[in-house]
Amino acid sequence: MMDFGFKLSKSATIDLDRAGTERYEKLCALSPDARTCMACGSCSATCTAASFSGMSVRKVILGLQRGQDVRPLLSACMLCGKCTLVCPRGINTRRLILNLSKSYD
Amino acid sequence: MIDRIPSGFHPFVLPFLAGMIFVLSYCVYGIIKILVQLPGEDRRRFYLSLVTPKTVLKNIRDIFCDCLFHVKLWKRNRLLGYMHSSIAFGWFMLIVLGHVEVILFLPHRIRLFYYPIFFNYFVAETDSTIQGSLLFFLMDFFLLVVLSGIVLAMVKRVRSRLFGMRRTARPSLTNQIGLYCLWAIFPLRLLAESFTAHISGGSFLTVPANWVFRQFLGNDLNMLPTWWAYSIVLGVFMVVLPFSRYMHIPAEMMLIPMRNAGLKIRNARKGFARVQVYSCPNCGVCIDACPMSVNKANIKDCTVYLTRQLRRGNERRITEISDKCLLCGKCQAVCQVGVDGPGIRILNRAERNYALKPDYSSIDGTAIGRASAGGRVAYYGGCMTQLVPSIGRSVTSLLEKAGIDYRWIDRDGGICCGRPMWTAGRLKEAEEIVRKNEELIRATGAVTLVVSCPICYRMFRESYHLPDIEVVHYVPYIQALIAEGKLQVEHDDICYAYHDPCELGRGCQLYEEPRQLLSQVVRLSEAEKNRAESVCCGGSLGSLSLSFAQRENMTRAALENLYHSKADAIATACPLCQATFSRYADRPVRDIAEIVDLHAKANKQNKQAI
Ligand code: SF4
Ligand code: SF4
Ligand code: SF4
Ligand code: SF4
Ligand code: SF4
Repeated sequence: MMDFGFKLSKSATIDLDRAGTERYEKLCALSPDARTCMACGSCSATCTAASFSGMSVRKVILGLQRGQDVRPLLSACMLCGKCTLVCPRGINTRRLILNLSKSYD
Repeated sequence: MIDRIPSGFHPFVLPFLAGMIFVLSYCVYGIIKILVQLPGEDRRRFYLSLVTPKTVLKNIRDIFCDCLFHVKLWKRNRLLGYMHSSIAFGWFMLIVLGHVEVILFLPHRIRLFYYPIFFNYFVAETDSTIQGSLLFFLMDFFLLVVLSGIVLAMVKRVRSRLFGMRRTARPSLTNQIGLYCLWAIFPLRLLAESFTAHISGGSFLTVPANWVFRQFLGNDLNMLPTWWAYSIVLGVFMVVLPFSRYMHIPAEMMLIPMRNAGLKIRNARKGFARVQVYSCPNCGVCIDACPMSVNKANIKDCTVYLTRQLRRGNERRITEISDKCLLCGKCQAVCQVGVDGPGIRILNRAERNYALKPDYSSIDGTAIGRASAGGRVAYYGGCMTQLVPSIGRSVTSLLEKAGIDYRWIDRDGGICCGRPMWTAGRLKEAEEIVRKNEELIRATGAVTLVVSCPICYRMFRESYHLPDIEVVHYVPYIQALIAEGKLQVEHDDICYAYHDPCELGRGCQLYEEPRQLLSQVVRLSEAEKNRAESVCCGGSLGSLSLSFAQRENMTRAALENLYHSKADAIATACPLCQATFSRYADRPVRDIAEIVDLHAKANKQNKQAI
């Protein structure tokens, strides 16, 4: 194929009717505070791992609600706890990340 | 002194004998099991320490100071110290003197190991000698000492505050049986020896008691049943001992040599950790010490309950207790036997299996490090400092004023030090982060690494291998700059209370340096509890499960402790403490770097250099 220096990006359409949210529900059972996230993005702004894997708790929670695979995001999280400290909803994000890491089996 | 019973035996000694044989076999089995569980390297180290004269002497000294005299408890509260040491040392002396009596008067009986315990039953006094009456006097004296301890123990059950303890651990069933046996042993011994004193002889306690009893009893029928009761209670005590807190008596004998051999816990359930768990006498001192205990619901998460649940093997509670703790280390600091509560918890967390493993291969430590290469000094603020930027600004401002050639290597984001991952029990993952960071720091080419967060500093000290780089916390570093004349500071009359951050104080043993530095620029006053007993701010990342609401009470309690000093403001040396305190404090909370920076001037020559 000819290389034009740009390409078509993958479709970013999310079909919420067909999104599998089992993992999200599973997570909420372990970390009920996940439901209180208001996607403010404070955690994204501070995340130590953001520049390595694009990590942010907000993205993880949104991704799970949409049935996406969030494992690549999580891979660089260092559990540093900055997200917990800045979260205005007081979500225990480290616990949330640990619970989520445990749930993939 | 002659043998009264020719055979040297009476069936009443059987319950005692049975108990003794049971407890001894249990201990031998336990010791073998623990030794087998130790990793080979630790075992060799332990054996070696047992033949090193210096450690042997230390072992003996520690066994006397810790197990018999309870020196640490004396320092905490005299009444508590007296209570424990009177029972322990008094009992020890009764056993030793019992043996002396047998060796002196009936040396052919020394092989019967119940003889020293029931000596008075088996002998009849024929003449009185100085030696004999001195021994009898000492026996009565130490019996009195033990009895006084028992009376205090009874008082402590209802009035623990007299002993400096607000809260004590609730005794479990076996602990209760053991406790009542212990309370009964010595009064029964007094009665038995008193009933026998006109035959066997006695001293200031038993002879008058004997006289009183004989005024209205007139015969010896009470003698034998009392000796039976004494023996039975001893036997029951020994049988419940392995299942109660009194297991700490033999366990501590093992703990002290292991501790002096320099062993570390490596598995939460085995080896040295197991010995620590069994060495906990449930004294409950760690309850009042624990910052979590301000919440009534969290009292059951203190270390005394961790050791109890580990012995019971209650997995649900072990997980809960392990996750809740702030890892502030205070329980270990106050614990008389040195149970490593935080360490055991981290290893318990480490037993969990996480299906999803992080992957740090995309992080190129060397490249990040090279980007900030060039200075002889590298400043690493760490994640928490990025959330409290004033600290980073102050530290770098001080470095600039002193004309130091430095680079702030994680100004625009870096890698976490790994301690939060470590404390979450993901030890391998933490190691990976550490390796990445080592690469990064080496690539900067710096020879000195200045750290401003004590959480990172502790991790650097304990887990990093950076042989050619000196890692310092900024407090001693700035002290040195002032001493060298590179920084000039002015003194101000404002009064600060210094909060010892757990990780800097208990974690890295830096207690005096921050105080010295602060008192060069401001007035200092002390919090009610300070240094090794400082109260955690409650914000610690160590806890995996405390909620914000639960933490709030802890922070307020820690602030009350600081307000006690009546200071105008609070000084700390940890970004996390500052962030946590600032949320609820009614007066300013500042980092030492900020305070010093406000009072520091550059030396003129430095300015020219820049
Ligand atoms: S704990 Fe993980 S998600 Fe939260 S800020 Fe740190 S790296 Fe980011
Ligand atoms: S900071 Fe808290 S509320 Fe905001 S997006 Fe992150 S998790 Fe959600
Ligand atoms: S852990 Fe230490 S302080 Fe706590 S009850 Fe046991 S011995 Fe006492
Ligand atoms: S480490 Fe601190 S929070 Fe944890 S149990 Fe000990 S005293 Fe309590
Ligand atoms: S934030 Fe400070 S006081 Fe709180 S746990 Fe950490 S070092 Fe201790």
